[in-house]
Amino acid sequence: MRAPSVPIVHQVRGLSDRTIAWLFIAPTMILLLAINLFPLIWTIQLSFTNYRANRPFAPLRNVGIEHYQTILSDPEIWQRMQATAHFVFWTILLQTVIGFALAYLIDRKFRGHGFWTTLILIPMMLSPAVVGNFWTFLYQPQIGLFNYVVSFFSGLAPSSFQMLGDVTLSPWAIIIVDTWMWTPYVMLICLAGLRSIPDYIYEAAEVDRASNWRQFISITLPMCLPFIMLAVLFRGIENFKMFDMVNLLTSGGPGSTTELASITLKRAAFEAWRTGYSSAFAIILFVTVFGLANIYVKALNKVKAR
Amino acid sequence: MSGATSTAHSVVAPSGRVKLLAGAIVVLYALVALVPLIWIGLTSIKTPPDSISYPPKVVPFLHFEPSIEGYCNLFNARSRQTADYLASLPPAKSDCEAITRSRSMVVVGPSNYVPRFVNSLIIAFGSTLLSVGLGTCAAYAFSRFKVPLKDDLLFFILSTRMMPPIAVAIPIFLMYRELGLSDTRLGMILLYTSVNVSLAVWLLKGFIDEIPREYEEAAMIDGYTRLQAFRKVVLPQATTGIVATAIFCLIFAWNEYAFAVLLTSGTAQTAPPFIPIIIGEGGQDWPAVAAGTTLFLIPILVFTVLLRKHLLRGITFGAVRK
Repeated sequence: MRAPSVPIVHQVRGLSDRTIAWLFIAPTMILLLAINLFPLIWTIQLSFTNYRANRPFAPLRNVGIEHYQTILSDPEIWQRMQATAHFVFWTILLQTVIGFALAYLIDRKFRGHGFWTTLILIPMMLSPAVVGNFWTFLYQPQIGLFNYVVSFFSGLAPSSFQMLGDVTLSPWAIIIVDTWMWTPYVMLICLAGLRSIPDYIYEAAEVDRASNWRQFISITLPMCLPFIMLAVLFRGIENFKMFDMVNLLTSGGPGSTTELASITLKRAAFEAWRTGYSSAFAIILFVTVFGLANIYVKALNKVKAR
Repeated sequence: MSGATSTAHSVVAPSGRVKLLAGAIVVLYALVALVPLIWIGLTSIKTPPDSISYPPKVVPFLHFEPSIEGYCNLFNARSRQTADYLASLPPAKSDCEAITRSRSMVVVGPSNYVPRFVNSLIIAFGSTLLSVGLGTCAAYAFSRFKVPLKDDLLFFILSTRMMPPIAVAIPIFLMYRELGLSDTRLGMILLYTSVNVSLAVWLLKGFIDEIPREYEEAAMIDGYTRLQAFRKVVLPQATTGIVATAIFCLIFAWNEYAFAVLLTSGTAQTAPPFIPIIIGEGGQDWPAVAAGTTLFLIPILVFTVLLRKHLLRGITFGAVRK
């Protein structure tokens, strides 16, 4: 055991450590309080009023929990939440399966794996809004590349299906784009998980003559699980509040088939200008994300502790 | 590669065949995934009729003649004119002029792309500078000093990142309207800084934790003050970490859309809300949109290559220790 290291320098010239600590942290905290915490508290307060941001001087009325009741008993809102859940579920499933498979293959360390990995990462570095916009071009029924390729392989007429205009296809149109964009993200985290498994475990399994499949099921998957769950957590939070890509791709249409919660929120807040109502909805979404994330993190910690 | 390495250790030393198959699948995925991006690049050098032809024109020079029309239309605002008026004009001064006239239009001035692009640059670099500056100081303090409620403060800093942008956009919109910050570059810089600073603090704390305290202590024994030791010993040691953090902040601010579209309308608008609304006569001018997208993506491609080694830490807030 080493002796506990005693701080060598207690009294120095210049500012004291305590002053420096305070000076160094204060600006960041002030900024975060002003631009994050203060608006959040304001949102809570607004959610109990009938305030409308486009009529700032109209008389303000306290409506209590009316907005919350309206939202939670509105079948349309539940339908939006269902659309959101559908989107989150399928994107996470596809991204996890494909992302993990890619990571598993890249971990074979074939020649040039670094170069190809970097290329695969490009989509996730782009602006979701710009990505959404150029996919609307790829999805054009008559002229789009996507329809052309699909018809080339399937024999369907390219104008016989409209990815963005058809009520059953449009949710899948956004799922495809999101999966294209964010699979590399999941892949990267899974790769970290695979690299964290020490080689000697596999060597021991080889000595025991465990088959490749057996090794995969009893070593690779369980040891990678915390990482996979972390990727699911990050993607889940992001996709629950997904706005930019969907706003550009379908802006909620056709009808309201791809109207995810954040699109509804934007419409209520910045098109209908029902500020009080939308604040209540924002708080409900916020509480939902936090609640689900907290339950999930507890599960994640259990897996980690195993 | 050789037969000698293909022992029973399947993962420790995968056999040549396994590697080849794995490589082939990954390369195939990468090529398919890059098709949309390549397509945007190709569309940017097509004429509008070529861009919407069916079947699609793929190979430049073979299937279509490359054209700078998309880039001309991106940078210039045009207006339709009568044939008589076009015939009365002096000869075109540039290729862009000539192309525009061949479509029965004249160039009436620059488009808004350059100002929007400049806004993106100013806001992205401004907020990056500010968030890395604030983040480095805060990270140093959290790494080295006893701060009351340290863990709670660090968690609060991280949690600000989980807020859906639309949820805070409403009160920020109201607040900015009161303060005269709406649709200003300063307002956007402050906003993006507040989003980025949480990432900066967490990433940089990790980097600074790895620099041994003994370095500063030695410098202070030599007569440096704490601040001098920070500036002359810690900062140089943390340079790689600071650069990586800066690029992450840049990428976020460069790509951000939700706040930009809700809180800016003109003077401070960045490129992401602008590119989708580039409209030609009779609908979307796809080559111009593709040109705007291509130019906008180039910095990100460069950053991706620069950043590839640090990517993991950045996207996971250091939650995954590497």
